[in-house]
Amino acid sequence: MKTGIYPGCSLNGSARDYNESVFALAEAFGLELEQVSDWNCCGATAAHNLNKDLSLALPARILALAEKNGMDEIIVPCAACYNRLTLTQTELRKDPELRNHVSGIIEMDYKGTSGIINVIEWIDKYITPNLEGRIVIPYAHKVACYYGCLLVRPHKVLNYDRPEDPQSMDLVMSKIGAEPIYYPFKTECCGAGLSISRTDIVSKLSGKIIEDAESRGAEAIIVACPMCHSNLDMRRNDINKYWGKEFKIPVIFITQAIGHAIGLTDKKIGLKRHFVDVKIS
Amino acid sequence: MARIGVFICHCGENISATVDCAKVAETIGKLRHVVLSTEYKYMCSDPGQTLIKDAIKEYNLTGVVVSACSPRMHEPTFRRACAEAGLNPYMCEMANLREHCSWVHEKNDITTEKAIDIVRTQVEKVKLNYALQPIKVPVTRRALVIGGGIAGIQAALDIANTGHRVVMVERSPSIGGHMSQLSETFPTLDCSQCILTPRMVEVAQHPNITLYTYAEVESVEGFIGNFKVKIRKKAKSLDEKICTGCGLCTTKCPQKKIPNEFEQGMGNRPAIYIPFPQAVPNKPVIDRENCTYYIKGKCKVCEIVCPTKAIRFDQPDEILDLDIGAIVIATGFDVKHADFFPEYGYGKYKDVIDGLQFERLASASGPTSGAILRPSDGQVPKNIVFVACAGSRDPAKGIEYCSKICCMYTAKHAMLYKHKVHEGKAYIFYMDIRAAGKNYEEFVRRAIEEDHVEYVRGRISTIYEKNGKLIVKGADTLLGGQPVEVEADMVVLATAGVANSGAEELAQKLHVSYDSHKFFAEAHPKLKPVETNTAGIFLAGACQNPKDIPDSVSQASGAAVKVAGLFSQDELTREPLVAQVNRMAPPLYSTCVGCFLCQPVCPYQAIEREEFKARDGKLIKAVAKINEGLCQGCGTCVALCRSKSIDLHGYSNQQVYAEVMALLNEY
Repeated sequence: MKTGIYPGCSLNGSARDYNESVFALAEAFGLELEQVSDWNCCGATAAHNLNKDLSLALPARILALAEKNGMDEIIVPCAACYNRLTLTQTELRKDPELRNHVSGIIEMDYKGTSGIINVIEWIDKYITPNLEGRIVIPYAHKVACYYGCLLVRPHKVLNYDRPEDPQSMDLVMSKIGAEPIYYPFKTECCGAGLSISRTDIVSKLSGKIIEDAESRGAEAIIVACPMCHSNLDMRRNDINKYWGKEFKIPVIFITQAIGHAIGLTDKKIGLKRHFVDVKIS
Repeated sequence: MARIGVFICHCGENISATVDCAKVAETIGKLRHVVLSTEYKYMCSDPGQTLIKDAIKEYNLTGVVVSACSPRMHEPTFRRACAEAGLNPYMCEMANLREHCSWVHEKNDITTEKAIDIVRTQVEKVKLNYALQPIKVPVTRRALVIGGGIAGIQAALDIANTGHRVVMVERSPSIGGHMSQLSETFPTLDCSQCILTPRMVEVAQHPNITLYTYAEVESVEGFIGNFKVKIRKKAKSLDEKICTGCGLCTTKCPQKKIPNEFEQGMGNRPAIYIPFPQAVPNKPVIDRENCTYYIKGKCKVCEIVCPTKAIRFDQPDEILDLDIGAIVIATGFDVKHADFFPEYGYGKYKDVIDGLQFERLASASGPTSGAILRPSDGQVPKNIVFVACAGSRDPAKGIEYCSKICCMYTAKHAMLYKHKVHEGKAYIFYMDIRAAGKNYEEFVRRAIEEDHVEYVRGRISTIYEKNGKLIVKGADTLLGGQPVEVEADMVVLATAGVANSGAEELAQKLHVSYDSHKFFAEAHPKLKPVETNTAGIFLAGACQNPKDIPDSVSQASGAAVKVAGLFSQDELTREPLVAQVNRMAPPLYSTCVGCFLCQPVCPYQAIEREEFKARDGKLIKAVAKINEGLCQGCGTCVALCRSKSIDLHGYSNQQVYAEVMALLNEY
């Protein structure tokens, strides 16, 4: 079984901490992760708003490259990339004519043989079964697992977890000693791409999530999406200004939380890169 | 020499839009023994039938193939037409060009080719058809009504009033169904129990009705006019003849903490209980699952206090065998409960309740004696939100259909709330207001205009608790999808109406079809809404789909007329398409070797033993014999028979073989 990784733009930029923690975990558990060579943009929010062919061709090229690289599956840590890639795979799987058309555009044969998994599936598959005896510092804190929109929706396409009340991250976190709280904002919008154009809306929406998690006693928000992370963490100053409050709750990638629990250094898992200070006791 | 006529129907455009009917007619016309092959726009219409009748006489036809829709639809029509022209009706076959061809394929040459193939098989088959005579069977003039809700009650009373006997079976301890739980009814706001309970009493006292409560249908065999039904009377653990219904036992029972089903879990009941004060029959039963005596082996307080010594702890279940002529299914529906909705807290929040629970809250006989108090702390809710279409019309929830009753009862709920809490604020979030019914729209207008219920068009995305309030988040789609947030004290979900528990199991016992939502299926959505596909079994009420009271009552009366019509005949005519074990002259008698392997495989217990004896009474041979009354013509015995001694009229081995060969051979 050869597992590849498609990082997408975020993991090389604003979410380098995510990238570092994924690779740190892979190293710690002896997992091979080969990057899809010559990868390109997944199309993000822009492509499918402009041109359907483009929105399918970009992810299709990535998937075709993964096939060419002989990868049986690729892990896609960014929830948006995961969403775009899975959507493309589904569309092309059910419509052979469209698949031929897209294959023509990318000038590559696309068969659809590489599986796509998100970071939690990867953890469930390769890390949690081998956690026994590895936990050095149990993550003994109340946490609010925040899934956002793209990890679990649309359910018809992703067919992953429960769209209204997802549990997969909660389960992983409880395995490393955390106490996930029940809170109603698990899949509420963080403001997403408005991060750049309408920071005020992000401040309002992300602020609601933070406020609720904090008021219910959570000590950290756990995420698996670079966009969620940047809105909740990088925009914290704007959020605090908008709400007139001093929210201090840190926002941690699930891979960082596991990395910390198995005793990896803060530097190794990128904990120093956050805007909101992370101090895990 | 066979002389076959083939009649190809266009079915308006249903067939002709996809299949080249002229080409089919032309090709078939060239087949051997086909003396006439013609087409017509509507073969089932009067001119179409006349066409067939005239052709039978003119061409002296010995067999007819009507190439049209499914035989389920019009086989009886065309067989009748043939009979009227003097041809034995079983010399008519149907080739299904609609459901099997035009509806499922695109228009092209291959589709027409397939149509030709379908017709060819029937032409080959009909050449081997032979005249059959209908079977006459007697009718048992006693009806079984399953379910004692308003639909069952109406059907039972209507049948009983025509002078026929009725057996009503209800699985709970009392009849009355959901209607007995309702507070007031739309669109008149008359009290539900006040109009229902007299009818319940009428059922109990009617000389033609035998009522079995706390009983279930165990098995059903037989066929129209001649069903053999087994009913399990669950042990009530008391002697009903001695019990006076004084209720002393129910007040003394030490086990008092069982969630009360009648109150939708909003109150408790003891282990020996009468479901509600107006119950019929008004005598208690012991719930053995929760009774201390059955759990721990001691208690017997009820036995000690009973003034008439009516308690019978060792009473067994009783099985009754009944001969029944017709069955009315009136098993009703259920609603989804709040725990079905993750986005609304999975039933975690005590003050998020379903519509049936609100009915109990608003009912004068309910847990709060009719005061609208929220379950968590007994306070009067100042802001109340009603959510219509909770689950209904939502493919993501697996319930695509409209539950039909919710728009109306939600308007009623909001009204009842406003009538009791004048200063309170009531919101209704809805998708569309479906108020099609006599005085229904006016009723909704009253809720809006006179009672100032705030209707917001939009769906609720989530409900959560914060600082003791329920935050209800949704959108107002009339204001361009603006987000709306209401801080509510209580939320009522108009949850989807779904098939009752056990519906699927019952349908399988009765051999009637049901849909993907486990609602019982009618024989035809428009023209046979009361019948099922099994002759002699009819539907009434919400077991077919969610229905309000007027609709349930109308359908129940419809079902009753069907039953009365059936019972007005001296004997019934059955299709002769049954199996037959061959017979021949002695000393062989039959090729059947008497292995009787066919007996255990027959799903209808239709295979009997026939013995041939010498004059001295010595057994010469025992062979299988089919009971024509019971046989349903499924053909299982034919397939199993090792000596090929059984054949099925209308679907003989020869006929099926001819059909297969027609497909394999070029023409």
